[in-house]
Amino acid sequence: MNGSTAVADNYLSHGRGFRSWFFTLDHKRIGVMYLASIFFFLILGGFFAMLIRTELLTPGRTIMDADTYNQVFTLHGAVMIFLFIIPGIPAAFGNFVLPVMLGAKDVAFPRLNLLSYHLYVVGAIFSVVSILLGAVDTGWTFYTPYSTTTHTSVVSMTLGAFILGFSSIFTGINFIVTIHRMRPPGMSWNRLPLFLWALYSTAIIQVLATPVLGITLLLLIVERLLGIGIFDPALGGDPVLYQHFFWFYSHPAVYIMILPAMGVMSELISVFSRKHIFGYKAIAYSSVAIAVLSFLVWGHHMFTSGQSDLGNMIFSALTFSVAIPSAIKVFNWLATMYKGSIRLDTPMLYALSFLLLFGIGGLTGLFLGALATDVHLHDTYFVVAHFHYTMMGGVLIAFLGAMHYWWPKMFGRMYSEKAGRLAAFLVFVGFNLTFFSQFVMGSQGMPRRYYNYLDRFQPYHVLSTIGAYVLAVAFVVLAGNLIHSLFRGRKAPANPWGSATLEWMCASPPPHDNFAEPPEAGDPYDLEHLVYDESIGGYVPRTAREGA
Amino acid sequence: MGKMPISLIRFGEGSFWMPAPASTAAPAVDRVFDFILYVSIFFFLLIVALMLFFIIRYHRGRGVEAEKTATHHTGLELMWTVIPLILVFIIFYLGFTGYMNLATPPANTYEVNVVGQKWKWLFTYPNGHVDDNLHVPLDVPVRLVLTSEDVIHSFFVPAFRVKKDAVPGRYTNLWFEATEPGEYDVFCAEYCGTSHSDMIARVIVHPPGEFEKWLQDASNFLERMAPADAGAKLMTTRGCKQCHSIDGKSNIGPTFLGIYGREGVFKDGRRYTVEENYIRRAILDPQSEIVAGYEPVMPTYKGRLKDQEITAMIEYLKTLKE
Repeated sequence: MNGSTAVADNYLSHGRGFRSWFFTLDHKRIGVMYLASIFFFLILGGFFAMLIRTELLTPGRTIMDADTYNQVFTLHGAVMIFLFIIPGIPAAFGNFVLPVMLGAKDVAFPRLNLLSYHLYVVGAIFSVVSILLGAVDTGWTFYTPYSTTTHTSVVSMTLGAFILGFSSIFTGINFIVTIHRMRPPGMSWNRLPLFLWALYSTAIIQVLATPVLGITLLLLIVERLLGIGIFDPALGGDPVLYQHFFWFYSHPAVYIMILPAMGVMSELISVFSRKHIFGYKAIAYSSVAIAVLSFLVWGHHMFTSGQSDLGNMIFSALTFSVAIPSAIKVFNWLATMYKGSIRLDTPMLYALSFLLLFGIGGLTGLFLGALATDVHLHDTYFVVAHFHYTMMGGVLIAFLGAMHYWWPKMFGRMYSEKAGRLAAFLVFVGFNLTFFSQFVMGSQGMPRRYYNYLDRFQPYHVLSTIGAYVLAVAFVVLAGNLIHSLFRGRKAPANPWGSATLEWMCASPPPHDNFAEPPEAGDPYDLEHLVYDESIGGYVPRTAREGA
Repeated sequence: MGKMPISLIRFGEGSFWMPAPASTAAPAVDRVFDFILYVSIFFFLLIVALMLFFIIRYHRGRGVEAEKTATHHTGLELMWTVIPLILVFIIFYLGFTGYMNLATPPANTYEVNVVGQKWKWLFTYPNGHVDDNLHVPLDVPVRLVLTSEDVIHSFFVPAFRVKKDAVPGRYTNLWFEATEPGEYDVFCAEYCGTSHSDMIARVIVHPPGEFEKWLQDASNFLERMAPADAGAKLMTTRGCKQCHSIDGKSNIGPTFLGIYGREGVFKDGRRYTVEENYIRRAILDPQSEIVAGYEPVMPTYKGRLKDQEITAMIEYLKTLKE
């Protein structure tokens, strides 16, 4: 296929108007709608983060009172977790890319896919309405008995999360069936792109773990509305039981977030190093290993809750077992770069940021998995820093990498590399300024979710807030660059980066049906047959070029 | 919320990462922390070094073409599976043994009961005395039996490296042995609402011999002091002032300024006048009569205050005239 052929009909121009988008069955349009919605909530969550950091510039009141602060940090967490980071990469890029990567026309159940998106919208509306009804002040974890006794709109917010759970389950089912049933000729499991292995592992967790969250949140609602004692000791319930239920979902959920990010990493490192991925099977199977192990470690959130010492020991040991597949991936990615031809385009800068930040996030997890040190560090800013390094330094960075990587495919336009690299650099600097100081103040004893703090913690807070402002600037540059590209960007070739996965074999943006007929799949990491064609600014298969 | 009332007095001898250790367990925890820190720094530097080396050495801008190399190498991959596996096992083992030390109090500990409530810690000594700060003797193992009146709180002393949740409806415990006289911060580490970040107390470690003297002095204040003064002290130690101001400002509860003789309405519309029996009911059965404009968040003090103490508190409230 020649990358320079302009295709008149693409999925963006195929049908116009609100209904053609909102009721579309096209996975690509659903992916784009998810991307827009998710990005909106990323900005909203980021706005709450700016309020938090501004408030924490000084001890005591800076811009808001304690109750407002408690609502703002709860909203920051809930919006980021439920509306941005859990759906994040799978819903936006998974939806767009997965069928094209398989050379298929769509996912297995396009209607279910649309329903997932509509449920996402409904869940989001419930969550936003809860803000208007009296925003929740429980923290995103809704710990009982605080959440069953507070006077804020816990029911609306948890109902939102409950509905979002179904959106997540449906997406998971859809992806599992699609990957099983719709692989093209030549694509055995061992030729499945690693991003799809990651999405597959993610989908398993989504389908198995999310129902537990749904049930837990329903029980919470039942207790609040009907006064049936399940978690509240005043009614004869057990508050620690809630924590078990909650983390039984919410720990695997961490891997719902990070696995797709790791999948993105495998694609980016290989393509921008122009090297076959190193240790394909180890990376693929480690995704599955992480998915399985993720169900066995929830108790490490509860080392100080009073659960049994034996339980603590077992959960600590199992927690360390998750470190191994993650370490395998990191070293395999590094080995992929060996003797490559490394190009520092924007997506690669995010990939390298991921390696460093996720490295720190993972290594600091060792302090929290070890029982003796966790007792001291639990519920301090050290934990806040740790999960921001994995979630933001890991997942958000990979999300941004994915966005810049697939942007030309999704919208058929190239963005400015200069502005893209500047934004990536600013994100890296701002992120470290914001969160590294939080490790130190945490191990010095600063507890999390504090509105007020001792004077001696202020220098760390000031540094952190400055970092947050740098991040805000970075996001303005990033968004400006991408939006600008939509109108003024150079037309994107079919394969701008030299990738061998199938989504780069069709035009940018892809036609409505993706492929006229299913393409033959080869090794997704065999990049040598692709050569750069200056006339179109992209890569073409060697045979096509020599034939021309 | 006002200013932080307390700052850590002993500060400055800690490391970049940790506050100065002040318990027998702290140095052991710090050793585990340091070991993990060294392992982490080593691996982080390894990642950075490899990454930088590859970027510079194989940068496409320098015209480097990719070379075909093996796409996997079982030996190498086994190496970076097995070495981390051994290291995390060591870390697990160190963490676990350190934790068993934190979790297993020695025999003959000195016991103090601790109640967490929004937003105050109350410490009850074996002789029945209640205080809002934790006083302990130096070099004596102390065991705390924790519970909560309302939601989950978490008792955290950074200088001792100890933390344990205070859960309503059950008891948890922790122990420590202070090794340095002085004063240390107690934080609430589990989010508990409006004044979570002001739920701060102090551990005061007394040199040998002084703890008993303090406890005796502190315990008989009802006999030593005028009722109004004793009432003032009780108001502080039992956490009343966390929610009730004495300067006329509205807080989580109504202000105490000019409360005696005040008239108003309850949430259910009934009128009230504050007199002795009203105050007694408000302390022992606070949920029965909620003043309009306030939430029913006050815990009951039934069984926690003696009649003599309530009388002293009433006398104190009478002195707060506008």
